[in-house]
Amino acid sequence: MSVLVPEGRQPENQRFRPEDDARSVPPSELAMWFSDGWTVTKRNLTKLKRSPDMLVFAVLQPVMFVLLFSQIYGGSIQVAGTDYTQYLMAGIFAQTVIFGSTFSGSAMAQDLKDGIIDRFRTLPMSSSAVLIGRTNSDLVLNVLSVVIMMATGFAVGWRVNASMGSFFAGLGLLLLFSYAFSWVMALLGMSVKSPEVINNASFMILFPFTFISNAFVQSQTLPSALETFANWNPVSALVQAVRELFGNVGSEPLPDAWPMQNAVPMVLIGAILMLVVFVPLCIRKFASISSR
Amino acid sequence: MAIIEAEGLKKTYSSKSGPVHALDGMNLSVPQGTVKALLGPNGAGKTTVVKILTTLIQPTAGTAHIDGIDVLRNPKAARRIIGVSGQYAAVDEGLTGLENLEMVGRLYHLGAREAKRRAQELIDQFELTEAGNRPVKGFSGGMRRRIDLAGALVINPKILFLDEPTTGLDPRSRLALWGIIKDLVDAGTTLLLTTQYLEEADQLSDDIAVIDGGRTIAEGTADQLKAQIGGHRVVVSLVEAADAPAARVILGRHGDGEPGIGGDGRTVEVAVTDGPRALQYILSELGERNIALHDAGMRRPSLDDVFLTLTGRRAEETEEAATKEVAA
Repeated sequence: MSVLVPEGRQPENQRFRPEDDARSVPPSELAMWFSDGWTVTKRNLTKLKRSPDMLVFAVLQPVMFVLLFSQIYGGSIQVAGTDYTQYLMAGIFAQTVIFGSTFSGSAMAQDLKDGIIDRFRTLPMSSSAVLIGRTNSDLVLNVLSVVIMMATGFAVGWRVNASMGSFFAGLGLLLLFSYAFSWVMALLGMSVKSPEVINNASFMILFPFTFISNAFVQSQTLPSALETFANWNPVSALVQAVRELFGNVGSEPLPDAWPMQNAVPMVLIGAILMLVVFVPLCIRKFASISSR
Repeated sequence: MAIIEAEGLKKTYSSKSGPVHALDGMNLSVPQGTVKALLGPNGAGKTTVVKILTTLIQPTAGTAHIDGIDVLRNPKAARRIIGVSGQYAAVDEGLTGLENLEMVGRLYHLGAREAKRRAQELIDQFELTEAGNRPVKGFSGGMRRRIDLAGALVINPKILFLDEPTTGLDPRSRLALWGIIKDLVDAGTTLLLTTQYLEEADQLSDDIAVIDGGRTIAEGTADQLKAQIGGHRVVVSLVEAADAPAARVILGRHGDGEPGIGGDGRTVEVAVTDGPRALQYILSELGERNIALHDAGMRRPSLDDVFLTLTGRRAEETEEAATKEVAA
């Protein structure tokens, strides 16, 4: 028969005695990659949930754009073979996910500024986990934006005129491109001194790219120099690819520029290239950055 | 072999005004289970040493080993046995105290349940129970620092690095943090600590290395260093500046070395070996000569005194270099 002895209070000076169950054990590389990436993704999503301005940006802004363009400009912009709302949606999808991806840059810059990167870099975690967590959570944000835009578009009369397979291919291409672009922005975010730089610079650069394109108007209607720019603008290729896959194209012939004639392969190759180049660059950069 | 071994560490940053040598051939050796304090003013290179040993930056030259692991070649293995808390709290502002610690536990690859349990345990031990479920954003500086320190202790690290753990804290928080650090050290953790305060190094460490210009300029126990720079200072503040030369003679008789006269011309100060005895003699002799005093007393030597004795210049003069280190 055993006698129960009440446990005494630990002496003050032994409060922090090492315990054997709290030891860092190295898991396999792959398991670590998954689990660390998920831990950081979860961290970012938790923060996102607590930051109402980010949610407003992701949710309200796309709704506003859909309504603004389809209801206000829609009446005065003519697209042969379809109505403006059908034509417009691919443009708004592309613009929104591209701006959504810039968040990867400002968030990396912010983490660097806050010093949390130093904590991560002294932990035995996978060397790509912070970046994977970052780009993953921004992908989630973009998916959320796209779903909301689709619902809004549907309410104002937008329809997909293509097969289910084609629709999902379009969706996949849109998100793949934005995911790859997140890595470009993450590298920039690790290379600048403050998050504000990223916000201002991305606005200054992306604004002309999204507007001097076929996102909101047909490139044929632009003055000739701008028309050439618009036809070779990667944003136009993305818009054209999504437009084709969603079956929202008009009846006008495609501009005589290679990216416009081959938009889907162009975007696919571009996205893969961005990943191949920027994922290793990001991981290398991350291994040497330190706050302050 | 010591658990921390660094040899010939150099770190050079390039700046507009030419190369800056943050570290200039620094050697460091810390035996297991002991506490070493790196004492020096801002810009001396303390933070750079800690950043190299904790895998954050690579030195320009030199070697660094902790527990037999080559820190420069195998940073991931090194990270598994260290805990780090820096000068600026490395906590996530948007997460709660608990979430911060749980995340760190997960990234040390504790199981989900274990990470949660350990986080709660640390929150309780660090008396942050009320704040544990609020985002760190609203915490005071002292509380952030405690969360950060708790983050360094999630795995009970073999080696703990604390870079100026009490800088910027109010006296109460500083004392509380000292208590926590002493508990850890009693439990056998090897600790490398950096500080600008001689008193802090004295309180917490077995061994002190005085750092200046990226290298060690003196090393030893607190008592050895104090013997070198004189244990206490006797300071008298005179009513009449005219009495200063006479007072200086008296202080010189009972002190070690030349007494100094302060910038106001009425404060005379000297290093002494036996503080209370010297103070008694000095006061009675000043009394015999009818020299009137505003104030008189003993004080402990400060980092400034250490510096003045060891380098012949005051600690503040190296402040300029500090801005360079921070900018780098």
